[in-house]
Amino acid sequence: MVSLMPTIIAVSELSKIYESRFQALKGINLDIRRGEIFALLGPNGAGKTTLISIICGIVKASTGSVRVAGHDSVADYRAARAMIGLVPQELTTDAFESVWGAVSFSRGLFGKPANPQHIEKVLRDLSLWDKRDSKIMTLSGGMKRRLLIAKALSHEPEILFLDEPTAGVDVNLRRDMWQLVRGLQASGVTIILTTHYIDEAEEMADRIGVISKGEIILVDDKAELMRKLGRKQMILQLQTALEHIPPALAAYQLELSGDGNELIYTFDAQDERNGIVALLKDLNDAAIAFKDLHTTQSSLEDIFVSLVKDEK
Amino acid sequence: MNWHAMHAIYFFEMARTRRTLLQSVISPVISTSLYFVVFGAAIGSRIDEIEGISYGAFIVPGLIMLSLLTQSVANASFGIYFPKFTGTIYELLSAPVSYLEVAAAYVGAAASKSIILGLIILATAGLFVPLHVAHPFWMLLFLVLTAVTFSLFGFIIGIWADNFEKLQLVPLLIITPLTFLGGSFYSINMLPPVWQTITLFNPVVYLVSGFRWSFYDVADVSVGISLFMTLSFLGVFLVIVAWIFKTGYRLKT
Ligand SMILES: Nc1ncnc2c1ncn2[C@@H]1O[C@H](COP(=O)(O)OP(=O)(O)O)[C@@H](O)[C@H]1O
Ligand SMILES: [Mg+2]
Repeated sequence: MVSLMPTIIAVSELSKIYESRFQALKGINLDIRRGEIFALLGPNGAGKTTLISIICGIVKASTGSVRVAGHDSVADYRAARAMIGLVPQELTTDAFESVWGAVSFSRGLFGKPANPQHIEKVLRDLSLWDKRDSKIMTLSGGMKRRLLIAKALSHEPEILFLDEPTAGVDVNLRRDMWQLVRGLQASGVTIILTTHYIDEAEEMADRIGVISKGEIILVDDKAELMRKLGRKQMILQLQTALEHIPPALAAYQLELSGDGNELIYTFDAQDERNGIVALLKDLNDAAIAFKDLHTTQSSLEDIFVSLVKDEK
Repeated sequence: MNWHAMHAIYFFEMARTRRTLLQSVISPVISTSLYFVVFGAAIGSRIDEIEGISYGAFIVPGLIMLSLLTQSVANASFGIYFPKFTGTIYELLSAPVSYLEVAAAYVGAAASKSIILGLIILATAGLFVPLHVAHPFWMLLFLVLTAVTFSLFGFIIGIWADNFEKLQLVPLLIITPLTFLGGSFYSINMLPPVWQTITLFNPVVYLVSGFRWSFYDVADVSVGISLFMTLSFLGVFLVIVAWIFKTGYRLKT
């Protein structure tokens, strides 16, 4: 599937030192695969926008290089950029243009001949068709965001960058956005989105790269990441409450819920010998009966917190 | 060449003019008419002729130059400054266009506007004074060259400026004074000898003189020198623009 797809963007040894001498990126290496949704996850100031801006040609790299489908992003910028659509983090739009005019302008700017049918399709897909003759300044924030997406899609890019597409967007609009992104992926577009919402990465991405302080800490398939790093917890609902954990079970480092009704066992999901069988046997020997049991897997949030903590 | 991009930018800029028709066309027409009332009627009644030309007619090339210079600089500087200000420049920087194409489109649009404006002012002037264009080809050549040259200058200012004040500064403190002192409303032969020499350091003198020559066959400096100076300014600004693009000055961090 996606993991077998060829690389479409290759970032190598990319560093950025701003004029203020601040180093925003430190030797980034990253491959994006054709057709995937890649989430770049990191806290504010991690360098997500800087990385995207360099790939798209807005910011100059200090060292390192980017290749887009084999085209060097500096030496062969025309071929590289023609493949990319960018939706910036900020809602930067003109004010007096019409929606139609703005989207048509973008298509021309990216070197494509006029194609009203395509523009119409994009506007319809983004529910902006009714607004096509409206001036941009009359649009709501959500519509402006969609307009920026329409502009980015106007030239039929193979790669779409979405820089924090749902920052400050309400829950319903977020769901709409996710749906839209999935639709785009289905139509063959490779999508790179940045976010500092972990649930967004978890919800959307095929692969996730975690970036912190200008460094990519890890990149992995989402499922793999969850499996590798995700701790699982097994929660046993006891038939009779316990006052304390019997010493015989000390080795398992169990936790007891406040009311004494639940025993919680935390184990490493990737460990084959996770100790569950032994625990259940020992519980039986200790005559602790339970009426129900279920397991939970840690969310990306937990993973992320533990990763960034390890960094420090 | 990315012709679609140049086309898109050019017409985007021209559309901006259409939306601001009042500001970009009607206001220069009104101010030109006011100049005619003030200079032509009030002062002109005291100076009847300069070098055999009625004062009202004499000032027409200078008036057109004044608008051409200020509007070229204003249009081109605003055109490129505004996207920097609003942030929409991200699109320009991420597009598969060369800087050359970007500059050509912006400068072309700004120059087109001021050429149209110059012709409108010329027509307006025709309502007040009898006009006569001795060398139409040269008149158009000077009109186009000056519009392009000073649109380039405006483009440079727009890239350099990082706030609105700087954007206004150059037109206000340099272009307008130099134009007024550059023989737009008088012949520099009317000045005392010392000032005549000093005035020759004012670049606008050459622009006005050449342009006036194309109308009335009279000039403060020879037309060859005027042409040479105009082309020199063009060359200087082209070099600066090339440097800006080479270094990404004020465009890319
Ligand atoms: N033009 C700039 N000059 C200096 N520092 C900058 C500039 N742009 C961003 N930075 C700094 O670089 C770091 C990374 O910024 P950014 O890439 O925007 O992070 P993110 O998008 O992950 O929030 C931040 O500390 C930010 O302050
Ligand atoms: Mg950002």
